[in-house]
Amino acid sequence: MEQNKIVTETDEVVIRFSGDSGDGMQMTGTLFTDTSALFGNGISTFPDYPAEIRAPQGTVSGVSGFQVHFGSKKIYTPGDYCDVLIVMNPAALKANARWLKKGATIICDADTFNEKGIQKAGFKTDDPVSELNLVDYNIVFAPITTMTKEALKDKNMDVKSVVKCKNMFALGICYYIYDMSMEHTFKFLNNKFKKKPEIAEANILVVKAGYNYAANTHQFANRYKIKAAPLAKGKYRSINGNQAAAWGFIAASEKSGRPLFCGSYPITPATAILEELAKRKDLGVKTLQAEDEIAGICTSIGAAYAGNFAVTTTSGPGLSLKSEALGLAVMAELPLVLVDVQRGGPSTGLPTKTEQSDLNQALYGRNGECPLVVMAASTPSNCFDYAFMAGKIAMEHMTPVILLSDGFIANGSEPWKIPAMKDYPEIVPPIITETSDPVFYPYRRDEKRLNRYWALPGTKGLEHRVGGLEKDAVKGNVSHDPANHQVMVNIRAEKVARVADFIPEQEVIGDQSGDLLVVGWGGTFGHLLSAVEELRAEGKSVSLCHVNYINPLPKNIGQILANYKKIVVCELNMGQFANYLKQNFQQFHYHQINKTEGLPFTVVELKEKMLNILSE
Amino acid sequence: MSEQCIYTPQDFKSDQEVKWCPGCGDHAILNSVQRAMPEVAKELGYKHERFTIISGIGCSSRFPYYMQTFGFHGIHGRAAAIATGVKVANPNLTVWETSGDGDSLAIGGNHFIHAVRRNIDINVILFNNEIYGLTKGQYSPTSKLGKVTKTSPYGTIEHPFTPGELVLGARGTFFARSLDMEIELTKNCLVAAAKHDGTSVVEVMQNCVIWNDKTHAEFTDKEVREDRTIVLEHGKPMLFGKNKTKGLILSGLKLVVGEIGVGGVTMKDILVHDAHEPNPGIHMMLVNMKYPDYPVALGVIRDVEDHTYDDEVRDQVLSVQAKTNIRNMDDLLNSGDTWEIE
Repeated sequence: MEQNKIVTETDEVVIRFSGDSGDGMQMTGTLFTDTSALFGNGISTFPDYPAEIRAPQGTVSGVSGFQVHFGSKKIYTPGDYCDVLIVMNPAALKANARWLKKGATIICDADTFNEKGIQKAGFKTDDPVSELNLVDYNIVFAPITTMTKEALKDKNMDVKSVVKCKNMFALGICYYIYDMSMEHTFKFLNNKFKKKPEIAEANILVVKAGYNYAANTHQFANRYKIKAAPLAKGKYRSINGNQAAAWGFIAASEKSGRPLFCGSYPITPATAILEELAKRKDLGVKTLQAEDEIAGICTSIGAAYAGNFAVTTTSGPGLSLKSEALGLAVMAELPLVLVDVQRGGPSTGLPTKTEQSDLNQALYGRNGECPLVVMAASTPSNCFDYAFMAGKIAMEHMTPVILLSDGFIANGSEPWKIPAMKDYPEIVPPIITETSDPVFYPYRRDEKRLNRYWALPGTKGLEHRVGGLEKDAVKGNVSHDPANHQVMVNIRAEKVARVADFIPEQEVIGDQSGDLLVVGWGGTFGHLLSAVEELRAEGKSVSLCHVNYINPLPKNIGQILANYKKIVVCELNMGQFANYLKQNFQQFHYHQINKTEGLPFTVVELKEKMLNILSE
Repeated sequence: MSEQCIYTPQDFKSDQEVKWCPGCGDHAILNSVQRAMPEVAKELGYKHERFTIISGIGCSSRFPYYMQTFGFHGIHGRAAAIATGVKVANPNLTVWETSGDGDSLAIGGNHFIHAVRRNIDINVILFNNEIYGLTKGQYSPTSKLGKVTKTSPYGTIEHPFTPGELVLGARGTFFARSLDMEIELTKNCLVAAAKHDGTSVVEVMQNCVIWNDKTHAEFTDKEVREDRTIVLEHGKPMLFGKNKTKGLILSGLKLVVGEIGVGGVTMKDILVHDAHEPNPGIHMMLVNMKYPDYPVALGVIRDVEDHTYDDEVRDQVLSVQAKTNIRNMDDLLNSGDTWEIE
């Protein structure tokens, strides 16, 4: 049988695993991703799951998906459309049919395509394939549940436990099609079910059964081999944006010598940062799960006052709740990093979907003249670098920093060449230990950065008071003096503006001048880069300016914008960064590509819209 | 081990002009605190620079400016959360919080009960004047039912909180009550609060001379005070009155007031105060005693031991660190599933 099969080499493949939110699709996708990563492929992943933990079984709203894009080159996005779609029930087919590439392979668990399943998915007829008009696809109806039961019939397991293994059958099929080793998965399962070896054994049996089934059926006549990507030599690990952010904070704590404190309240999709930090007591990290979002930031402000590197984590609605306290941190001039993992808004909005619509709130969402530093990470792994830099800026400049992430990069993962801490810069907080003044003046400043000094409680002779009331610019006592307030407003603004002297200049990918400059920020980087690279390969004069430092902007942004005939600002909101640029650089005209569907851009739609702008 | 930490009240006075209204009860509380701190420093071996005072918003929250200590004037209601962060970040500090009935029981109610529940080692001085003073006279969560204020011109229709009841309901381990003019008693309560490991709440019945004058007068007026309040001391019989002849008796499931020699009441019938009893039953009855049915209970009403949040934070870190192979960031980065690209 096997000898008849053809193995073809291909550059990149997108697989989407989908099923009920209890079907284990996230686990299946993660295991496949790990195997591919270990082999050395370039990878990008995107989990797409419902807000409900167990939405009604078999319905479209309960479908959970995990998309993995892997290839023999560096991969920047999880892929727009998939080559292979695994559907564990009819609802999954209905929910994901629109993400199929022409000619894609669809592998369905035939056992779920019964009258009840089809009805639950909301099909009007008993023929989902025709109803979805799925012509020219390679559709495989495999009795996955039945074969899983068959594989485990001697195991003396209850039906529920048996059926739970069926995701492993689908995984086995994929390993066969892409000629991949099952060893890592076996190792993982043995480790995960160390205390229940019979469960590990059952899962392994089912992976093998899926693999063998695929080998034996003629429906998978074509197999594919994806070579390892030419990645830089070194040691790698897989990382997602939330884990990277958490680790970046720990790294900043280590470099600064300030213990890390995180006060936070659970909120999707930011929670995993708190969870990751809570694990790291080995590195002395203190986490406090607060009673609410406000206490999350206020405990952090208290910790910052007491001399810790304090961070707080949140998402959209939580940022709203933290606004007043952010103002306090600005006024008290304490170092604090708030990471906002953006999701669809307003209000509760789309908790599990991605968006970039909190930028205005991050920049302006406080009472009074209340500037702070705003930055954004742009890939899962660089959440580490920007979390580190957010910590460095917060502590060295004595200012709160908002670090914007989003659901897409927070949950997306990619292979990451493990960095060495010796390659990261030192962080030197302006801690003061004595004063020559008669009493300590807490608002005395460093002339270069305009930061005040960090006088830690417990330091003899530095007793002082800070707080939300306006303070005298010299002595730091409460002051309602009109002229003094103006001075302090100016100083707080100038302090943040001067951060521009300490951040790298903006870089452009592509040409330093040309027809079209694509401007983006944050988590859209992978899609924008893919679109720009493809257009450049087609001979178009397109370059990418992807911004990470938003307030203040890098000093050379204005010069860059002047070098192109057209500028298009692309973002997953209705134009918040475009408006910010308009406000700062009124002399340019900005085209916009905006989307608020709770989904990332697709490279296809970006290219089409960029081409339209080029040809206007 | 404990160093000599000898200070005077003057050492805790800042150079800032005190701007509370003349006659405000806060002046007396400031006086008590400035007397308490040297005593705390001496008895517990705390150096001056370890004293840190956190506040929220309101008249009471201006307190840190008048103290020559580390201080943080926060935002409305959030003092307990800020103080919690300070204490977790640096458990060596002796962390004090000044707050009012509006600050701690209305806008900051959530932080207040959770600080108490966590039993973090901070000392909360709760100024209770049953009114919003700094915003000029609106009712608060402790205003008596029916109280006429600017926002309740026809009288309030809300049941007030009894702060002690709330503290005990939130699993409080320390609660004391004093009167603003009882400087020595307040000072003693504060010193006891400082000695207690865990969240200590000291409610001070404070007079707002402008917006709610004499709200506590029916039991705090000098002529009636001894008959209408009872100062509880651990291990001592619960006696009160000018001649200490009245006392508290447990009758069935409730407390009653009896008089020695009247109706067959003897000293044997009088309850002996046990502040260290973990069961909050009697403490709950004591905090809820109100004039005219009962004398208002003052002094340390509850003082029980339990593990504290800040100790647990430290212990967990130490126990994990004793077992781990991950000692720095490079170890962490290289831990778990990794692979080499050759």
